[in-house]
Amino acid sequence: MNKKLKSYTTQTYIAYALIAPAALYIILIVAWPLLETIRLSFTNSSLAGEDYVGLENYQKMFSSKKFNGIVTRTFVWMFFSVSLKLIIGLIGAVLLNANLKGRSIFRVLVMPPWVVPIAIGMLGWLWLYNGYFGIIAGVGMRTGILDGPFGFLAYKQSAFISTIIADVWVGTPMVTVFFLAAMQGVPRDLYEAAYCDGASRWDRFFKITLPQITPVIITMSLLSAIWTFNSFEIIWILTEGGPRGSTTTLIIDTYKQALGNYKFGRGAARAVVVMILLMLFAGFYLALLARINKKISHE
Amino acid sequence: MIFILLPFVEMFYASLRPLDHLFRSPYQFYSDDLSFWAYREMWKTVPMLPRYIFNSFFLASVTSIITLLFVIPAAYSYARFKFPFKNSSLYILLAINMFSGAVLLIPLYKVLRTFGLLNTYQAMIVPGVAFLIPTAIWLLKSYFEKIPIDLEEAAFVDGASRVQILRHIIAPLSTPGLVVVGIYAFIGSYAQQFLFAITFNQKKEYMPIPSGLYEFIGYTTVKWNEMMAASLVGIAPVLIIFLFLQKYIVAGLTSGAVKN
Repeated sequence: MNKKLKSYTTQTYIAYALIAPAALYIILIVAWPLLETIRLSFTNSSLAGEDYVGLENYQKMFSSKKFNGIVTRTFVWMFFSVSLKLIIGLIGAVLLNANLKGRSIFRVLVMPPWVVPIAIGMLGWLWLYNGYFGIIAGVGMRTGILDGPFGFLAYKQSAFISTIIADVWVGTPMVTVFFLAAMQGVPRDLYEAAYCDGASRWDRFFKITLPQITPVIITMSLLSAIWTFNSFEIIWILTEGGPRGSTTTLIIDTYKQALGNYKFGRGAARAVVVMILLMLFAGFYLALLARINKKISHE
Repeated sequence: MIFILLPFVEMFYASLRPLDHLFRSPYQFYSDDLSFWAYREMWKTVPMLPRYIFNSFFLASVTSIITLLFVIPAAYSYARFKFPFKNSSLYILLAINMFSGAVLLIPLYKVLRTFGLLNTYQAMIVPGVAFLIPTAIWLLKSYFEKIPIDLEEAAFVDGASRVQILRHIIAPLSTPGLVVVGIYAFIGSYAQQFLFAITFNQKKEYMPIPSGLYEFIGYTTVKWNEMMAASLVGIAPVLIIFLFLQKYIVAGLTSGAVKN
């Protein structure tokens, strides 16, 4: 009888058979294309056909000043966007975790940017950023900060900042929700003990909340870095990487090369760079996750 | 809070105002003739609008159903069985999540072109499913794990077949989980349509609403009020579903990623 029971969870062939369809699907649609991308990066593939060209795509790419600028820009963009998301997310989570009136309503109200399709949300931002008729330019003009119409997406620096702000708008809710979930998981008695010992609000935050949720903060910064790095639609809709390339990140550049100009080979070489960077991030993330899990299981 | 809600409020406000009020510079804060006029007019400006809305729903529904078909057996297997490579393959799933569609678009484009699938519904469904599978497996796995295994084992020892167990124990107990994962897949595929639509599809009759909305951007003037009205109509279904079920969705997502 016991043997039969044991077989219930150890019949590996059934386990594999159940996973097989999903696994095959992923291999076909994700893993195989990844390999194909690598192969294409060594060719001059286009709509016309393809020939093997060796490292030419890579040599051209790395020797071009423009590409190096794009890489730097990607990281600057990412840095600002991720830091803002984390800071605003943390503040938001603290406020939502406090005993305020109507906090359950606010908890729901922070989420729309996360659920709404990005492409539609960005239409709203296009309108807000409109230089003549948009509300931001309007407030600027009425208060005298701007002395005339100002197209936020038309100038290099302001476009760069505007896309970051829109990206923060999309990404912050999720960060907030995860931080909030982590804060709610902090054991109550810790606070009660600290309260009895006369710890101030600040002390309680910095000495209890923050250390307790550090694992989540670290995971979220990595995850958010990955998502931000991958962010495509926001920039594409707002500026298509312009004006004059000032908002072109690696992802945008990859897309433009491959599917704007149909230079699949060159695009693939960029995609490979993206892949390698993502694998580094993913490696960090998984290593971190494994460590956190180990810690939890030790406790 | 203002930062998060301002775009929505302004979108709604703009959708109520007549076009010539919107086209005043500097920005006018006040309009005296607010109306839902744009909500009627938009169907005339972009006559295909109902079709786009239908397409969006159709694509999202088909994508989530297919995702569920793949995910249910896999998630069950991960939740119940012990087998070699279980953990490493789960981590690989997580890693796949990190590759955005943008990296894989090039080969996918070529494949779809070879099979003559460009500009069809399938072109948007096939890649959509692949990117929903990993998270959906993680989510559903945690639901299955909450069903006590003792129930199944007791039935198994009593001689019930696996199929019977599936039908009489797992299916009824996991319905709420399936609903949440299904909704996650629906919202997810509704959101990701844009990228696949602009890349793999140029035919108007298959366009989903996120890309269809760009038709309001005409050559000379942009009918902002109608575009905002149509955007809100496009957002509404996801938002309503989400508001009703946000508790379950958030709990599911955060438990999957934070604690595990």
